[in-house]
Amino acid sequence: MVAAPSTPPPVVEVNNLRIRYGKEVALQLDELSVVPNEIFGIIGPAGSGRTSFLKAVNRMDLFDRSMDVEGSIRFRGRDVRTWKNVYSLRRRIGVVFPLPVGLPLSVYDNVALAPRLSGVRAKSELNDIVERCLRRAALWDEVKDRLSSLGSLLSGGQQQRLTIARGLSQDPDLLMLDEFSIAVDPVTTMRIEDVLKELKQELTIILVTNLVQQARRLADRTAFFLGGRCIEIGATDAIFSGEVKDRRTTDYILGRFG
Amino acid sequence: MSDTGGGGSLFAATARDLDNRKKQARYRGVFLGMTLLLILPVFLILAVLISRGGPILSLGFLFTYPSSGMTAGGVFPALLGTIFLVTAALVFSVPLGVAAALYLSEYAADNWLTRLINLAIINLAGVPSIVHALFGVGAFVLFFGFGTSILAASLTLAVMTLPVVIVSTRESLQAVPRAFREASWSMGATRWQTIRHIVLPNSVSGILTGVILEVSRTAGETAPIMFTGAAFFLPFLPQSVYDQTMALSLHLFVISTQVPGVPDALPYGVALLLISIVLIMNSASIALRMVLRSRKKW
Ligand SMILES: Nc1ncnc2c1ncn2[C@@H]1O[C@H](COP(=O)(O)OP(=O)(O)OP(=O)(O)O)[C@@H](O)[C@H]1O
Ligand SMILES: [Mg+2]
Repeated sequence: MVAAPSTPPPVVEVNNLRIRYGKEVALQLDELSVVPNEIFGIIGPAGSGRTSFLKAVNRMDLFDRSMDVEGSIRFRGRDVRTWKNVYSLRRRIGVVFPLPVGLPLSVYDNVALAPRLSGVRAKSELNDIVERCLRRAALWDEVKDRLSSLGSLLSGGQQQRLTIARGLSQDPDLLMLDEFSIAVDPVTTMRIEDVLKELKQELTIILVTNLVQQARRLADRTAFFLGGRCIEIGATDAIFSGEVKDRRTTDYILGRFG
Repeated sequence: MSDTGGGGSLFAATARDLDNRKKQARYRGVFLGMTLLLILPVFLILAVLISRGGPILSLGFLFTYPSSGMTAGGVFPALLGTIFLVTAALVFSVPLGVAAALYLSEYAADNWLTRLINLAIINLAGVPSIVHALFGVGAFVLFFGFGTSILAASLTLAVMTLPVVIVSTRESLQAVPRAFREASWSMGATRWQTIRHIVLPNSVSGILTGVILEVSRTAGETAPIMFTGAAFFLPFLPQSVYDQTMALSLHLFVISTQVPGVPDALPYGVALLLISIVLIMNSASIALRMVLRSRKKW
């Protein structure tokens, strides 16, 4: 469903956003909003500005001096650039990058790191968080007997699920997944997709994906980015049944270019 | 053009292959020879030192005072003095150097100021030690009024080794992949939390290795301490950091050139002791590095 005036306030609200690297504009977004408890899919060919968008939302642009963000992104009603404390903003937004990053800590500590940083000390509480997040990321059964081995030495697919578990360990309001299934086998991908559908009850998800069918399976609404512009945005069902404003969307979905 | 002579000899070596192989063997031989030539002096020095100075080395030599106008006896105050000087230098240079490296690697933006600092560090590392010595005299002995003392000498040593500590520490920090930092930052960790939990634990081995190497380099330095705090001869141990001290390197210089009637074995023994300290330190650092490398973290 497209956000109507009566729906609850959006989790993410974008107005006149422009992201540049030096002089080159990577993304120009006039308007976009993500409503609570939806999975918002973003599809588009390489270089269309999707990763740049995610980086701007949780202020990772601070780490890239060439990256310049103008316009406004509101998270929970407040502009992310006036958020009083960028660390608390990032804690409420879990991110999973395309390349798996198992931190060189034990599997347990990988998942317990974020809760510890935000002050959780009780062993039992940490145990609960670690187990719950690893189960949700479909990794628990594989690592439950070696929680103390290094997370950075797991297989690529396991590390990716560890990254997802870490993203969940922050207990975020918003989870942003950037091509999470790149390093994960199809069976596990399906398991994670099921988890995402469940997680939707508790949080909001932005799903950037190269797999058009993945967006179709999961997303409530889908946006199509092309060359740094949002060409199409609407209910996933509608878009995939051909109700589009721009026929390039259909062309991309059907694999005619991209 | 080489002729492979039809399908049957597809994998057979051509004349040119054979020729290349011979050439390769020849180059290999030349380089090996040059490398061996390089380590030859090291072994010669060691051999001479051991044969001439070896017999004199004993526990007694380490723990007795020089006697008979430094022509007999041991090196106790000089050995202890070197240990004092190196330790004090470390106390100043390691915290300062690690802090500077942390700033440069983890906090500093890539701007003209950072580049200027980096340039200064590189140049500082190239300053001859006698210049550091004169700087030490001007700054610590005279300006700060520490006099010729352990304090002034170790500060001079610290200034001299600081750039090395900074560079080696920064390299160890940079060896931790940036993706780890970004993953940590994206979870809402501050820069310091990221350093504390991710960066430092994974670079501490490299930092330690650098520090140990620095110790071995510092132990042998003579010029920087000669005018700032090391004494020709002292019949007693220093009582505070404002006292002068003897040191092994200066002691070696003194007994080989300044004192008449020193038996040959004595300077060789001191030189052997000095080199042993350096070798032990270097081996310790190599061993440490090997142990920590074998524990692969990613
Ligand atoms: N750090 C950077 N410096 C300079 N230009 C960049 C940087 N990151 C991205 N860009 C440029 O910005 C544009 C958008 O890149 P972005 O990574 O957001 O695309 P994407 O949609 O995520 O693509 P992909 O599918 O390849 O991940 C591209 O043209 C890219 O070259
Ligand atoms: Mg991307």
